[in-house]
Amino acid sequence: MMYDFLVDLFGNSTLADIIAGTIQSILPLFVFILPFALFAVYLERKVSAHMQDRLGPMRTGWHGWKQTIADIIKLIQKEDIIATDNDKLLFNLAPIVVFVGSYAAFAAIPFSSYFIGTELDLGIFYIVAVTGLVVAGILMAGWASNNKYSLLGSMRSVAQIISYEIPTILVMLSLVMISGTMSLHTLSEQQTGYAWNWYIFGGPGMTLSKFLLIPSMFIGFLIIYISTLAEVNRTPFDIPEAESELVSGYHTEYSGMKFAMFFLAEYANMFAVSAIVVALFLGGYQSPIGYFGDLIGASWMIPIEQFTWFTIKGLFFVFVQMWLRWTLPRLRVDQLMTTSWKYLIPIAFVNLIIIGLITLL
Amino acid sequence: MNDLTYNIIFYLFAAITVLSAFFVVTNRNIVYSAFFLLFTFFGVAGIYVLLGADFVAIVQLIVYVGGILILLLFGVMLTNKITNVEIKSGTINIYPAVIGVGLLSGALLAALITSTWKTFPTEAPLPTTAALGTMLIQEYALIFELLGIILLIALIGAASIARREA
Repeated sequence: MMYDFLVDLFGNSTLADIIAGTIQSILPLFVFILPFALFAVYLERKVSAHMQDRLGPMRTGWHGWKQTIADIIKLIQKEDIIATDNDKLLFNLAPIVVFVGSYAAFAAIPFSSYFIGTELDLGIFYIVAVTGLVVAGILMAGWASNNKYSLLGSMRSVAQIISYEIPTILVMLSLVMISGTMSLHTLSEQQTGYAWNWYIFGGPGMTLSKFLLIPSMFIGFLIIYISTLAEVNRTPFDIPEAESELVSGYHTEYSGMKFAMFFLAEYANMFAVSAIVVALFLGGYQSPIGYFGDLIGASWMIPIEQFTWFTIKGLFFVFVQMWLRWTLPRLRVDQLMTTSWKYLIPIAFVNLIIIGLITLL
Repeated sequence: MNDLTYNIIFYLFAAITVLSAFFVVTNRNIVYSAFFLLFTFFGVAGIYVLLGADFVAIVQLIVYVGGILILLLFGVMLTNKITNVEIKSGTINIYPAVIGVGLLSGALLAALITSTWKTFPTEAPLPTTAALGTMLIQEYALIFELLGIILLIALIGAASIARREA
């Protein structure tokens, strides 16, 4: 693994521990999240434009590819506005707490068999837990802004995240029952081989229970995808930032780099939830068609291929999120709560019991 | 992990816990106190991880940060800003408090200094979740189920109290 390699490289001392730990922990940010956010913002604008029969950004560079970079430079230069009645301490702290919460989830996401932030035995459980920090950060932002729209937006957001966490956890629980592990790394390793071994097709092995599991797994996949969509406040569940009602929700008062941190956290979250869904149901970093490195006997190629597959799968679900955003209208608050409490949670419970019975076979 | 690294991380988390706990108690603004509690819980979770209790650490985060703190914040914020009730966090009865706390901390300190501690050589902690789960379901199944029923009763009770219409 990467961490051991780094510790050996720097000579096995306390300093080496610290240097290796720092590199290991900031690597996903600079190598992955920042380029991803740049690309995703561009993709979002292009996807939305083409869905509405427009062209989107076209003027800067080929098909406007430099547009996001220009926007980022603009954002860095912006004045950092803090209103007189804002609560200074919490106002400044909130973007950091939100970003730390969503970035902490990346510690347990397996990018490839060679790189995973930390090989936690409690991977999924840990991700669910650190999401709580995001909730606290959003409340902090809404309260410190001293603005009705912000407070309402953050309250809505928290109510929504807490409600939709329940179906998410129930589906995760059913997977834990089948696989017997909570580590995302082990889960991905179990789904090795071909696409047929993925948990959405009932998991590895050729037993009767695998075929019985397939319908339940598809239902579970749909539930977790819908509820994670709600957890990251994406349309059709974007009532916390409904522009026509709440300006832009809990980050109305933020400008400049602090706004950029919320923005980055939102895009990091979009990838994180897609990555979780991929790791649980779609084989994680495993290739669906076998590895080219195996074919020509170059084992060093396998982690690179795995990383590519993981990114492709993750980006596909990010694309689906954008696709839904520009296809479906926003739900009302009561419809949102009904969807979670009256439909998703009961279905998830029944699904959990059915999967439990099948696992006993 | 190196022993020194372990110590550095331990003292970092200990400092976070103690300092934020101090602010929770001394701050006059109740919303600030609630938010500082976030860092206290976080620090305690870190110390659990260092002690090799990974499952307990995550449960600490889920239950306290994800659940109790959010509830607390909702309560404090909604009553503090929207209605005009001031929540006071002042000091009363200083002398009895000082005597009580002094006695308690004296007793604790004495226990700390005089007792002989069992020490073990540090070893890499093993994952605890599977063992814990097996134990809960096999040895303590009855207690586990009872706790579940008590929690369910509490939930139903809370719902029926909150529902005022008759």
